[in-house]
Parts: sequence; C-alpha cells; structure tokens
Amino acid sequence: MDYGLQLSMVLPEIVLSVGGLALLMVAAWGGQAVTRAVSWVSVAVLIGGGIALTGNASSGGLAFDGLYRADLFSAYAKALIFFAAAISIIIAPRFFARTSSENLRPEYPILILFATAGMGMMVSANDLLTLYIGLELNSLASYVLASFMRRNVRSAEAGLKYFILGSLASGILLYGISLVYGFSGTTVFGDIASAYAAGENMGLLFGLVFVFAGLAFKMSAVPFHMWTPDVYEGAPTPVTTFFASAPKVAAMALSVRVAIEAMGPVTSDWRQIVIFAALASIVLGAVAAIGQTNIKRLLAYSSINNVGFALIGLAAGTAEGVAGVLTYLTIYVVMTLGSFLVVLQMRDADGQPVETIASLSGLSRTRPALAAALAIFMFSLAGIPPLFGFWAKFAVFEAAVKADLFALAAIGIAASVIGAFYYLKIVKTMYFDEPAPAYAKGDSALEGGLIAAAAVFVSPLGYLLIPVLGAWSMAAAQVLFRTT
Amino acid sequence: MSGILSIMLIVPLVAAVACLFTTANNARWIALIATLIDLVLGGVLWANFEIGGPQWQFVEYTPVFGRFAWALGIDGFALLLIMLSVFLMPICIGASWTAIEKRVPEYMAAFLITEVLMIGTFAAQDIFLFYMFFEAGLIPMFLIIGIWGGANRIYASYKFFLYTLLGSLLMLIAMMYMSITAGTTSIPELMEYDFPSGVQTWLWLAFFASFAVKMPMWPVHTWLPDAHVQAPTAGSVILAGVLLKLGGYGFLRFSLPMFPEASAQLIWLVFGLSCIAVVVTSLIALVQSDMKKLIAYSSVAHMAIVTLGLFTFNRQGIEGAMMVMLGHGLVSGALFLCVGVIYDRLHTREIDRYGGLAINMPKYAILFMLFTMASVGLPGTSNFVGELLALMGTYQVSTLATLIATTGIILGAGYMLYLYRRVVFGDLTKDDVKAMPDLNKREMALLAPIAAVVLWMGVYPESFLAPMRADVATLLARIERARPAGDSLPTPGNPAAAKAAHAPEHKSAEHGAAH
Repeated sequence: MDYGLQLSMVLPEIVLSVGGLALLMVAAWGGQAVTRAVSWVSVAVLIGGGIALTGNASSGGLAFDGLYRADLFSAYAKALIFFAAAISIIIAPRFFARTSSENLRPEYPILILFATAGMGMMVSANDLLTLYIGLELNSLASYVLASFMRRNVRSAEAGLKYFILGSLASGILLYGISLVYGFSGTTVFGDIASAYAAGENMGLLFGLVFVFAGLAFKMSAVPFHMWTPDVYEGAPTPVTTFFASAPKVAAMALSVRVAIEAMGPVTSDWRQIVIFAALASIVLGAVAAIGQTNIKRLLAYSSINNVGFALIGLAAGTAEGVAGVLTYLTIYVVMTLGSFLVVLQMRDADGQPVETIASLSGLSRTRPALAAALAIFMFSLAGIPPLFGFWAKFAVFEAAVKADLFALAAIGIAASVIGAFYYLKIVKTMYFDEPAPAYAKGDSALEGGLIAAAAVFVSPLGYLLIPVLGAWSMAAAQVLFRTT
Repeated sequence: MSGILSIMLIVPLVAAVACLFTTANNARWIALIATLIDLVLGGVLWANFEIGGPQWQFVEYTPVFGRFAWALGIDGFALLLIMLSVFLMPICIGASWTAIEKRVPEYMAAFLITEVLMIGTFAAQDIFLFYMFFEAGLIPMFLIIGIWGGANRIYASYKFFLYTLLGSLLMLIAMMYMSITAGTTSIPELMEYDFPSGVQTWLWLAFFASFAVKMPMWPVHTWLPDAHVQAPTAGSVILAGVLLKLGGYGFLRFSLPMFPEASAQLIWLVFGLSCIAVVVTSLIALVQSDMKKLIAYSSVAHMAIVTLGLFTFNRQGIEGAMMVMLGHGLVSGALFLCVGVIYDRLHTREIDRYGGLAINMPKYAILFMLFTMASVGLPGTSNFVGELLALMGTYQVSTLATLIATTGIILGAGYMLYLYRRVVFGDLTKDDVKAMPDLNKREMALLAPIAAVVLWMGVYPESFLAPMRADVATLLARIERARPAGDSLPTPGNPAAAKAAHAPEHKSAEHGAAH
C-alpha cells in the first residue's frame, strides 16, 4: 500500500498536529497578543480536520500495517469530538477575560488541538500501542489544561490529582496490555480477537480485566470515577466543558472498539464488567449528586451517571447497542455543552464566576430565558420525554432489551428515577424558590446563540433528526461487526 | 376531516408559546380563546364521529420520526375522554382568572401544554408517541404544583413526579419488548397481536406498575392527596378530571386487549386492591378535616370502582367503568371548583372554619348539593349510571367483590353528606364566614355547564354510551377467549352429585325391595 493513500487516511490527525505545531510557533513569537487570533485559527483547524474526515479518513480501512483504522465509526466519533473541542475553544476567551486573576494564553487552544489529535488516534486505533499513544497524547494535554489557571489553588490541585490518578490508570492499562500481548503474542486487534476465540486463557482474561479497568478510568465509570468531581470542580469552566464532552466520546468510542473488535469473541466475559460498571455508575452518579451544592460537581456526577447509561448500550454487544452508544454520545455532548454554557453565564454583579446551586434561586424570574434553557437541559439529562435526552436513553435501553438483557434494562431504568431527583432539584431551585441576587447580564450574543441552538436541538424538534441520526449511527456501528 | 386532531394539538401549543411573550391579562385571554377553540373543534370532532363506523377515525399517519411515527386516530373511548379534556380546560382557565396573580403567562402556558399532552395521549396511535405524551405530562404538572401550589408544594411536586416516573419507566421497557417482538409500534396492530401467555404476565405487570400509580390504586395512591391539596384549584380540577383517567384509559387500551390472558389471571389482584381501596380510602375520607384531601380520597375510592368495572370482561362493567370515569371527571372537577370558590374567599380548606353557608350563599349551596349528590351516585346524575353498570358487571364475576365495593357507595354517602352538613348547614356563627358573598357571574359560568352535563349524563346516558358501544363490542370479542367464569351465573344445579347423594337411599330401597 502506498504512503500517499495511507497518509490520506490519517489526514484529520495530520491537519490537527501540523496546525497545532504551526500555531505553537506563532504563539511562541506572538505572545499574549495573538491569543484571540490563535483561538479562531484553531477553530478553523478543527473545521479543516472535520472536512478532512469526508475523504479516505472515513472509508479507507486499515493503514500502516494494521496500526490504524479509518472507518465510518471513527469518523463519526471524530466529528463529535472536533465539534465539542471547537465549542470549548470558542467559549474560553470570554471566561478568562472575566476572571480577573488569569488571562487566556494562546497555549489553551493549542493544547486542545493536541488533545484532539490524540483522541483522533484513540478512536482510530486498531492496535494496543496506537491506542496507548493516542490516550497519552490526550491525557498529557488534559493534565496541563486542568491546571491552566496556574495561580488558582483549586485548578492546580485539579491538575495534580488528574495527573496522579491518570498515571495510575495508564499503568493499569499498560499492565493489561502487556498481559494481552504476552499471552496472545500480538497487539493488533484482529489477531487478539483470534487469540481470544482460540479458547479460555487465564492470562488473556486477566489482561481483559486490566484493560477494561484502565478504560473505565478514562471514561470515569464507577469504580474508577473518584477523580472526576474534583477535577471538574477545580478546572476552569471551559476546560471542564471540554473534559465532559470530547474525551468522554473518545474514551467511550475507544472502549467500544476494543470490546467489539479485539475482545468480541469473549463478549460474555467483558459484559459482566460492563454491566457492573454501568449499573454502579448510574446509581452512584445519581446518589452522590443529590448532596452537591456546586453546580460543576453536580454536572461531574451527572457525567458519571450518563456514562453508565451509555455503557448499557455497550453491554448489549450488538450493532444496535453500538449505534445506541453513538446516539447517546451525540445527544449527551449537546446537552452537556448546553449545560456548561449556562454555567458560564453564572456570574455575580462584578462578573466573577459563581458556582453554587443556591445562586440559581429564582433564576426563572431574573433571567427567564436562561432558566428555561437550563430546565430543558436538566429534564433532557433526566431523560424525560418529549426532550431529546429521552431518545438517547431509549436507544441504549432498546438495544439492551433486544439483546434479552431485561434485568439490566429494568434496573437501569428504575435507577434513572434517582437521577431525576437531582435534576429536578435544579429546576426547583430555579422555578420554585425566591430569587437570589441576579446574575450579571449576558454580554455575549455568541454564547446566547449557542445555548439557544443547543436548547432547540434537545427540544422536541430534535426528534425530527432521528431518521438521520439513526441511519448514521447504525452505519457507523455496523463497520465494527463486518469481520467478526 | 383528517388533520383535525393535529390542529387540536397545534392550537394550544401555539397559544402556549404566545402566552410566554405577553402580559398577564393578554395571556389569560389567549389561553381562554385557545381552549374555547379546542372545545369547538372537539364539538366538530364529536359531530363528525361516525357512530358504528370504522373503529379508528380521523386517522393521521406521518412517519417523521424514523423509529416511530406521528400516528393519530381515535375510537369511541378516546373521543369521550378528549371531549372531557377540552370541556374542562376552559373551565380551568376561568377558575384561575383571578386566583392566580403571579407569573400568569407561565401558568397559562403550562395549562395549555398540559392540554396538548392530554389530547395527544388519548389520540396517539403509536405506542411510543403515546408514551411521550403520557410521560411529558409530568413536566407541566410538576411546575403547576411547584410554582403555584400551597405551603408544602415542593414535597408534593417531587412526590408526584418521582412516583409516576418510576411507574412509567418499567412500562417503557415492556413497550420496547412488545415493539421488537411484534415488529410494529402501531397500537391498533399491537391490539391484534397475541403474545405468549407467560410473557403476557410480565408485560401486564409492567403496564400495571404505571397505570396503577396513575389511576391511582391502593396502595400506590399516596401521591394523590398531597398533590391535590397543594395544587392550585385548576390544577386539582385537571388532575382529578383528566390525568387520573389516563390510568383507566391505559388499562382499556393496552392491558385488556393486548394481554387478555394475563388480565384474566391477575383479576384477583385488581379486584383485591380495588376492594381494599374502596373501603380503606372511604374510611380515610370520613375523618379528613381538609376539604381537598377528603375529595382526593373519594377520588381513589371512585377509581377503584373503575378498575373493578374494567376487569369484569363484560359489557356492563366496561361501559360502566367508562361512565364512572367521565362522571367522576366532571363531578370531582366541580367539587374542587366548589372548594376553590370558598377557598378564594376565606383562604382555608379547614372544614371546621365554615358552616351555615346555605344562609348567605344559597346559589352555591344548591350547586354544591347537586355535585355532592352526583358524587354519592344519586339516580339522575352521571355517577349513578356508571356505578350501577360497573357494579352490575362486577356482580357477574365476583359477588364478594361487589358486596365489598358497594359498601363504598354507602360510605361515600356518609363522607360526602357529612362534609356537606358541616360546610353548608348549621348556624352561621363566624363573622368572616358571614361576610362571604354568593357566587359571582364568573363562578356561575364555570359551574353551570358542568351541572348541566352531569344531569344530561344522568338522564340520557345514551348520548355517551352510543359512541363507545361498537368499541366495547370489539374489545369484548378480543378478550372473550380469556373471560373468567363468574360465580353468580344461574347454574343448572349438580344432578350427578344429587344422584350420588340419593344413591344409598335407592340402594337401601332396592335392597328392601329385594327382601
């Protein structure tokens, strides 16, 4: 296979890496003054990466001797990741401009570009080493991003916690990878699948457990979720927005690919792990969120809860299940971005960010449109029809029912009632309680527009997208099942 | 005429959006006009409904959602319940005209959205579209109770929301299984599909979890008194008038035709819970000191008669259950309005704070008397027809259940008349009660139409029985194969046993003869 063709398959990552490196040079010489320009160019680079997806990157197949796979599944996940990353860049300048202590430096968009390139490799990985390198590229950029407000103690603490726990998880993952490699003699997914299919092997089984443990950390599924609330709370809000959206998609898509392509023959083995992680995430994400008073911590638990629901689709282990996961992630990304955009609007009269839930009191009277938008996101995250979040849950639960996992579906859906409780708490605070001091007026038409667009997407109008969304996610899911 | 159902959904929806962007007074008028338009459209619907025609009329089908479709259509049951909704809705808006002072635009929008969702639930012909409408109703009702409710409104709104949500979610799983197994999401097609009887039991129980909470049946009724007491008057009217009917409608539309065998197997469960409900909640109602709570408990007792009637597998029972649903929707709605009238004047629901209203509020006393009697089930009022039919139907299946359930009528007379005596009769001693004016024109305009329909249903029920007659026949034909044997049918006796009993005698007689 000639190199031109292979390089065309990795074009999105090339665009992101080259763009990121070039901008790094610009930032090094331009300094603080070029921040805004670098941000916009970074968004343009992400859009360019998105355009690059349309070519060979979505249909090329295997590249570089099976290290890398360019297919519809990876293209779908990458489109979502690029979208979320672009939004995270767009919302940053105003946030940093408003907080007096730190200014936005041009490294922020560049780090996001590198993280995104890493995520692109993660979802396209067809080999355990590609997987690991992509994951680490993403993680290293993320550690820095978490502590981006370096003079802020909480931000620094978030970065350190993320780094220590992330390194531990990487170690666990590597240990799993080494076991799998040691007992199968290969790191390529297809050959690993053959080794699993060949018969029961205790070493391979242990490898599977460790690999899943490492992946569970990356997607913050219980019991490897402990870092999430602290990191989400401490990191600057735009960074939290990024963490809650793009890397979740990447980790989830990566896990799906590993589960189906590399470990498809032992579905019944990893299914137990996934079912446990799913139910534990749903329940713990819901119960632990009830007592929270900080909106970012609450949304962190909400993301744990949502990962649990997405895992239900993976537990089904079928094409419908994978399509369900992709549908879930798509809708989840929009809901999360919308919620965090609302959190960005929470500023006191001096323009300083406020994060307490109590400050939302009576928001429906001081800022009716903002309150309505957040209420829509909350009801949608709770999965109440007719909002679009219901459809996300519907897709994964239907896949579980189709795979005859009735008990999982029944318990999972019953546990979603616990989650509904704390989403309702936000709505109650905004609509039933007496008004707290009003927030500063919204000063950004762009952010307002993004919130409105997200609200329209999750409103009942979103249901009109089901035929398109269903067809795309199904097409993307089916490529994982073509060989196995 | 096709498309009229969509128009009935779009009118209040557009009005709801319009309400949000206008002043309080404009919002009131927009809401009133929109609900009146829907009432007129409902009238058109009824006038054009072909009695004895095709089972499903005004059918619309647009597959815009991929996995499920925008499918609407109604039969006789749905027609009557839609009529009930559109009839009560303008009355609710009128009842809130002065009682609601804060955040009027949002309030009117929430009510209009509720109307959209209720009509949608009754008209949906796709199982997931039904679910969406059914479940979405929680959001506006949550806000209505939580924002405009009484002192303990937050607890009540949470309880209402989470209770009903938990019930419905299991139903969703069952619906997914059904649509996957049967390969269709269309309700009419699913009504023809035969699920294996072992599976039916599970599906039936999942649906039961949802509808029993909505109904509400004892012992999952506890959300209802809280929700009613805390909700504003119009909220109580719509809750008792229409939302409680969703459970009964669900049994009629899903549980019976889709799972006839399971329905027959679990008849003991329904009858047992219903009998307990009738007696227990009636006794609880007797000792209430809060008027709204009393009526709320009486609703549970009446709904128990509905569930009894529905699961009798015979014409009288099912027609009676539908009539009780309609009658109860009107009467309990009217009773909540009556409570609202005096609550607006004295701002308390304590029964003991009133007394002697017959002296200074004669018009009110007469109308309240009419609705009290209707609630008791006096002949000539709507509830008599329904309760009589439902209990006659029940008698054919279980004499014991009928015996117990009928005590509910006596207890019902007890608590309602006791309420009436304490509020309206007696001496007019309290000064603030003396100062209460009689019904004004607006309140008369709210109560008089309900009174007229209550009497109409009692005197000439045929108008309401006719549209559903063919549908009851269809339903009965569908569930005939599972019909349980009743214990009150005339039996030819047991000749074999009689013979056996007489046999020794014969033998000895023969023996004697041989000697």
